Amino acid sequence: MNKQMTAPLAFDVQKVRADFPILAREVHGKPLVYLDSAASAQKPRQVIDTLTRVYSHEYANVHRGAYYLSETATAAYEAAREKVRGFINASSIKEVVFTKGATEAINLVAATWGRAFLKPGDEVVITAVEHHSNIVPWQLLRDATGCVLKIAPVNPDGSIDLVSFEQAIGPKTKLVAVAHVSNVLGTVLPVREVADIAHAHGAKLLLDGCQGIVHEHVDVQDLGCDFYVFSGHKLYGPTGIGVLWASLALLEAMPPYQGGGDMIDTVTFACTTWAPPPAKFEAGTPPIAQAIGLGAAIDYLNSLDRVAVAKHENALLRHAMSRLAQVPGVRLIGTAPGKAAVQSFVMEGAHPHDLATILDRSGVCVRAGHHCAQPLMEILGVTATTRASFALYNTMDEVDALITALHRAQEVLL
Amino acid sequence: MRRSETLADDLRSLYQEIILDHGKTPRNFRVVEHHSCKAQGNNPMCGDRITVTARVGNGTLEDIAFEGKGCAISIASASMMSEALKGQPIDAAQQLFSAVRDLCTGKADTDQAKAAVAPALSDSVDKLAALSGVRQFPVRVKCATLAWHALISCLEGKTQTTTEK
Repeated sequence: MNKQMTAPLAFDVQKVRADFPILAREVHGKPLVYLDSAASAQKPRQVIDTLTRVYSHEYANVHRGAYYLSETATAAYEAAREKVRGFINASSIKEVVFTKGATEAINLVAATWGRAFLKPGDEVVITAVEHHSNIVPWQLLRDATGCVLKIAPVNPDGSIDLVSFEQAIGPKTKLVAVAHVSNVLGTVLPVREVADIAHAHGAKLLLDGCQGIVHEHVDVQDLGCDFYVFSGHKLYGPTGIGVLWASLALLEAMPPYQGGGDMIDTVTFACTTWAPPPAKFEAGTPPIAQAIGLGAAIDYLNSLDRVAVAKHENALLRHAMSRLAQVPGVRLIGTAPGKAAVQSFVMEGAHPHDLATILDRSGVCVRAGHHCAQPLMEILGVTATTRASFALYNTMDEVDALITALHRAQEVLL
Repeated sequence: MRRSETLADDLRSLYQEIILDHGKTPRNFRVVEHHSCKAQGNNPMCGDRITVTARVGNGTLEDIAFEGKGCAISIASASMMSEALKGQPIDAAQQLFSAVRDLCTGKADTDQAKAAVAPALSDSVDKLAALSGVRQFPVRVKCATLAWHALISCLEGKTQTTTEK
C-alpha cells in the first residue's frame, strides 16, 4: 500500500469504481487494470441501466409518432440535448447537433461549411499532433476545393508555442482546426489564445474535444471557438453518439449534410426546404438510446465533484510519469507542462506491440501503436508508442501494476 | 526470478529464445544488391513497415533481405524467412508462406506443415514452427506474416502490400 492510498482523499475512487461493473472482472486470471480510456472509456451502471430502461420500457422513434411512447422518447432525446447544452454551456439547444461521433462531426463541418465557404488558395491550419480524424477530412476538402492545408509544428516535449500558430495563421486562413487535448501526448493546447489569433485573421476555430471534454472544463462560449466536437464513448457514454456544437448563425449559414427524413421543412419533387438547426443536420433516425445514454453519462459526471476528479486524474498522471521515468530504458513521450492524464512512452529494445501483449497477460490494458496519428509518430521519430491513459476510476495501485507489468515484460524481452 | 518461474506458458511459447534472438539481431537486415524485386509490407494497425528485396536468377532466390521497423515477432519472422529461403527455388516461398500461415493460425501442427512442403524444406519448417506461438494471440498473427506477405508481393511484381488483404 503506498502513501497516496492511505492518505484521506476528497475523492473516493473506490466508490466511483463500484459504479463501473466491468472493473470487477478479471482478464487472464488477473484483476482488470484498464488504462486505455483515451481510446474508449468504460461505462458506469447509470449509463448501462439507462440503455436497458430505454429499450425495455421507453423506446420508440422520435419526432414522428403522435402517440405516447414516441412523445416520451422524443422528450428524452431532446432532454439529452439540453444536458449536453448545459455541460458545454452552449447558449441554445439549437446549437447542439447529435452525430454518430466526433469523426462524423468533423466530416460534417468539412463537407458543409468547408465546401460552401472555402475557395482555392484559402488555408486550413491544423497542428502536427492531430488525430487522423482531424487531418483526413481536411485533405479530402483540399482535394475538393483547392484549399491549402498548413501545419503548426510541435515542440519535442509535445507543447505547441503560440508563435507556431502566429506563423501558420495568416490572412488567407479561413479555418484553424486543432485538438483541445492531444490524444497521444496529453498536451492541453492554448486554445483560448489560438481563438484570438484565428479571429484576428477572420478565421474560424474548430476544436477536436475528444480528450478535452473528458479532462478539462469546457465552456464553449468562454473558449471562444466556433466549432466544438466530441464523442460520447470517451465521456463514459455509449458508442455511436457524438456532438457538434457551433453557433446558431454558423449552423444556419451552413448547407445541410445528408438528405433524408427529419431534416426537412417541406419536400416536393421540385424543391425542398430545410428544417432549422439542429434537425437540418440530423437526417434519418438518430441514435436515440445512445443520445439518452450520453445524457445519463453527463448526469453521472455532474453528480461528482469535477474539480476533485481533475485533481485525482492529475495525481495519477504525476505518479505514472515519475514511476515510468524510473524504469530502465523508458523514455516518456509528451512532457509538456499542464498535461491531461495521458502518457505515451517507448522502452528501449521492446516494441510497443510486444509490451502490450505481455502487459495484457498481467491484466493491464494499454494502447500500442500509432494512435491514429502517423504524421506525429514520424515527427517524434518512432513508428509506435505505448500509451497509458487514466480515467476517474483508475487508482495509484493500478499505476503500480503497470510498472510491475513493465518489469515483467523486460524479463521476457530483454 | 528466472524466466521459467515468471512466465505464463503462452508467453513463453510466443517469445521463445529463437524468436528473441532473431528479433534482436536480425539476419539479412539490408537491401539486396542488384535486387530484381522489392516490396513494402504495411501493418496499418501498428504502423510497422517491412521492405523485402530479392534477387531472382535461374528460378532461384539467389539473395533475399529485408529492412524496416517492427515488433519482435515481425522482425524475427522476416529474419527467419530470409534464412530459410536464400538459395531456394522460387516456389519454396509460396510453400513456406502457406506453412507459416497454417502454423500461426493453428490450421496445421508442425508435422502437418512439413508434410505439405517439399522434403528439402522440412528442416526450415521445424525452425519456423517457433512462430506458431502466435496462435494463442490472434491479433499478433499479422505480425508473424507481414514479411511473408511482402515477399509474395515482391515476387509477384507488386510494390505494396498490407496485412489487411
